[in-house]
Amino acid sequence: MTAGLWEHWLLPGIWITVQLTLYSAVFATLVAFGVGIARTSRLWIVRFLTGFYVEVFRGTSALVLMFWLFFVMPLGFEFQLVPMWAAVLALGLTYGAYGSEIVRGALAAVAPAQREAAIALSFSPAQRMRRVVLPQAIPEMIPPFNNLLIELLKATALVSAVSVADITFAAQLSRLATGESLEIYSIILVLYFVLAFLLTRAMRLLERKAKASIGQAPPPGDGLLARLTKGSTRAQAKRPAAPKSADALASGGAK
Amino acid sequence: MTWNWDVARDFLPELLDGLLITLQATALGSVLAFALGLVWALALRSSTRFVRWPVGVFVEFIRNTPLLVQLFFFYWVLPSWDIKFSALTTGVIALGLHYSTYVAEVYRAGIDGVPVGQWEAATALNMARGRTWFVVILPQAIRRVVPALGNYVIAMLKDSPMIALIGVTDMLQKARSEGATSFQYIEPYTMVGIAFILISYPASLLMRALERRLGH
Repeated sequence: MTAGLWEHWLLPGIWITVQLTLYSAVFATLVAFGVGIARTSRLWIVRFLTGFYVEVFRGTSALVLMFWLFFVMPLGFEFQLVPMWAAVLALGLTYGAYGSEIVRGALAAVAPAQREAAIALSFSPAQRMRRVVLPQAIPEMIPPFNNLLIELLKATALVSAVSVADITFAAQLSRLATGESLEIYSIILVLYFVLAFLLTRAMRLLERKAKASIGQAPPPGDGLLARLTKGSTRAQAKRPAAPKSADALASGGAK
Repeated sequence: MTWNWDVARDFLPELLDGLLITLQATALGSVLAFALGLVWALALRSSTRFVRWPVGVFVEFIRNTPLLVQLFFFYWVLPSWDIKFSALTTGVIALGLHYSTYVAEVYRAGIDGVPVGQWEAATALNMARGRTWFVVILPQAIRRVVPALGNYVIAMLKDSPMIALIGVTDMLQKARSEGATSFQYIEPYTMVGIAFILISYPASLLMRALERRLGH
């Protein structure tokens, strides 16, 4: 391997990957909340347009969308984005569409009585959303958002295809320069794994805080590698235990 | 934005050629993912730690690293070990292996969902372990997870354009070469995007209907 691999390629690449993940995550989260809440609107046109957006962006491929933004937008609309921002736009819009489904699901899961109680207290719709519904829905959203962010982190590798100098791009350059492929791709895979691991840990902390703030018990460890390190796999590996009580047997045993 | 219908019409046969390759890669990748996923799911339930641990670490590693980098890894590293595959085969291996780690989780949920009474009945009939798995548990587990597996096929279809980056002539590659030779970008890329929506939207409606039907 060449000297200066880390200083010239990998470290700047890691920085670009982290930046891309961060910016697209913020953008995707904003889109997810905006669209997720808008889909519960009483106006059919708002519901239709946001529903259409979600189906289109979930239905197509992030890579195709990125190529479209790169090659079609400058020609069609004579509107050239800096590669980095075109990538953020493509990733944010794609993952915002996925995220809006998470937001919608979590909003729907808030007990109807909570809304009714807020109406009875004559809260305005905005107050109801901000002070009653969202505080209960947000902790529910964090585990699926965690998964979504890991997916987003992995999807940032796609930007190398449109020449944004992320870690995957650094790997391609390094391979061309040195002819070594095993070493560089192994390093890159481990780097992504470490980034994914750190992201999961950060989200777990956030989840603990969010749950604690509304007085719920902290979640059990089921994140990345937790299943392996905490030995819960062993319990799963065994056959399901026989039902213990006579009641359970009487009710069919199964569930 | 100027849309040129002549360009679109000329690109259509190319698009359909590419679509066949895209569908082929997705179908073969799915078969590989379903088979490998079952292997991982069963290995993760092994009573031997030396089976569970390596498979668990491997599955977590593959699941938490990008498909694109795995694809490049296979494409560039395997030939240097004198393992030679065509680009399409390499793409199918990468897609299949990556998605097998997700599918393993689906099988796990399916197996957990089989009522305890079924295990007990198999024990009561003095069935051997292998027979219990393949005659009693798996047929019930797999029936439950069909819609979830279908969703992963759709996800794989949408990830399949990555194989264009190692030169497989799928839909995206057709659009790329069209752009590179004739400088027509608008029509080919837009048509590829629409083609994906036209396939994946009805497919996900079908999966949703199937999920409702199976009562999930």
